[in-house]
Amino acid sequence: MDAEARQGARQGRRAIDLYLNIILLVFVAATGIAAVWLRNLLASAMVLGIYSLLMASLWVVLDAVDVAFTEAAVGAGVTTVLMLLAIALTGRREKRARSRPWAPLAVSLATAGLLVYATLGMPAFGSADAPAQLHVAPYYLRHGEAETGVPNVVTSVLASYRGFDTLGEVTVIFTAGIGVLVLLGSASRRRRNSATPAKGDSA
Amino acid sequence: MSDFLVLKVIAKLLIPFILLFGFYVQMHGDYGPGGGFQAGVIVAAAFILYAIIFGVGTARRVAPMVVLVTIACLGVLLYAGVGVANLAYGGRFLEYGVLAYEAAHGNHIGILIVEIGVGMAVAGVIMIIFFSFARRR
Amino acid sequence: MDILTHFNYWAAIALASIGLYAVVARHNLIKKLIGLSLFQTAVFLLFITIGKVTGGTAPILDSAYSLYSNPLPHVLILTAIVVSVSTLAVGLALAILIKREYGTVEEDEIQAEDSAAGPGPA
Repeated sequence: MDAEARQGARQGRRAIDLYLNIILLVFVAATGIAAVWLRNLLASAMVLGIYSLLMASLWVVLDAVDVAFTEAAVGAGVTTVLMLLAIALTGRREKRARSRPWAPLAVSLATAGLLVYATLGMPAFGSADAPAQLHVAPYYLRHGEAETGVPNVVTSVLASYRGFDTLGEVTVIFTAGIGVLVLLGSASRRRRNSATPAKGDSA
Repeated sequence: MSDFLVLKVIAKLLIPFILLFGFYVQMHGDYGPGGGFQAGVIVAAAFILYAIIFGVGTARRVAPMVVLVTIACLGVLLYAGVGVANLAYGGRFLEYGVLAYEAAHGNHIGILIVEIGVGMAVAGVIMIIFFSFARRR
Repeated sequence: MDILTHFNYWAAIALASIGLYAVVARHNLIKKLIGLSLFQTAVFLLFITIGKVTGGTAPILDSAYSLYSNPLPHVLILTAIVVSVSTLAVGLALAILIKREYGTVEEDEIQAEDSAAGPGPA
C-alpha cells in the first residue's frame, strides 16, 4: 500500500514535470518571437531578459541546476545590461526593411522542416537507455565521488575529468574580454589623440 | 543620479550580501550547485549594480581597469599553473591526483584551486567588458 | 504520445529557426545579434534535453537518490553560456565601432555608404 502510494506520487511528479516543461517551452517560444518581432530594440532587450529567466526555470525542470544558476546570472543579468548599453550607443529604433522577408522565411521554414524530419529518429524525451546516457555518464556518476571527493558531479567533470576543455573555455572568455578591451579602449584613445572631432558624434 | 535615495540605500544593503553569496557559491560548488563560472558572474554583477547606482566613475575608482586585467590574467594563469605544478610533481598536465598523499584528496584540492582560477578570470572579464562598454558616454 | 516525446526537440528547432530568420531577414546588426543568441539558446536546449532522464534528479550525489540526469551536457552548456556572453560582447563592441564609423547599424545603409565611397579604405 505504502509502496503503491509512493509509486503513484512519483508518477504524478513526472507528469507535472512534463507539463511544466511544455508550458515553459511555449512561453519561451512566445518571448523569443516577441524579441525578434519588436522594432523597439530596448523592448527587445528587455524581452530577451525575460526569455533568459524563463530558460533558467526550464533548466531547473530539466534537472540542470548548475546551468540554471549560470543562465539566471548571465542571461537575465549581465547580457541585458550589455545589450542596453550597446543599444544606448547605437540607437534604439530599428528601421523597417524595404524588401519583403519571404525568402528568409522560406529558408528558415525549410531548415526547420528538415530538422523536424531528422528528429523522428531521435530517442524519446527522457528515455534512460538513449545512447547519450550509456557512454561515459554512468562512469562519472558511479566513480566521480570516490575519485574526486566531490558529490556535485557537474563540478568534478568540469574541473577534473574535462579540465583541459574548461581551460580552453576560460582562455576563450579571457581572449574575448581582451578583445573587447582592445576594440573599445584603443578606439577612444585614438579619438583623444586626434583631438579634433572630424564629424558630429551622435553617440 | 542623486535622487534615487531608495535605490542607493537598497543597493548599499544588498551589495555585501551579493558578494558574500558569490563567495559562498565559489567555495560551495563541490557540494551544491555552483562553481567558478557562476561565482565570477555574481561577483561581477555586484560591481555592475554598484556602477549603475553610484555612477561608473566611482566604480572605476573602486576597481580600476589595471586591477581587473591583472585579476583576469591571474585567474587563467592559476588554472594553467595548477597543470604545470602537476607536471612538476611528476603527474601529467592537469592530473591533480599527485597534489596530495592520495589521489582523491589531491583531486579535491586541484578542483578547488582550478575553480578559484575560473572565478577570478570570469569575474575579471565580465567587469572588463562592462566597463569598456560603459566608458563610452 | 509521439508529440510529448519529441516536443523538446521541436521547440529547440522552432527557436533555432526564429534565430536564423532574424539573422538573415533583419538588417539591424543588434537584431542580428539577438537572433544569434536565440540560436545559441536553441542549441543549449537540445543538449540539456538529451541529458534529461525521466524520474531522475540533478546530478549531485546523495544516498537518498539513485537515478540522476546526465551531467555531461550540463558541463558543456554551463561553460558555453559564459562563453556566449563574452562573444556576444565582442559582437556588440564591433557594432558600436561600426556605428561610430558609419553613423548607422543598418546593414543596407552600411553597404550603400561602402559602394558610394568606392573600393578600398577611405
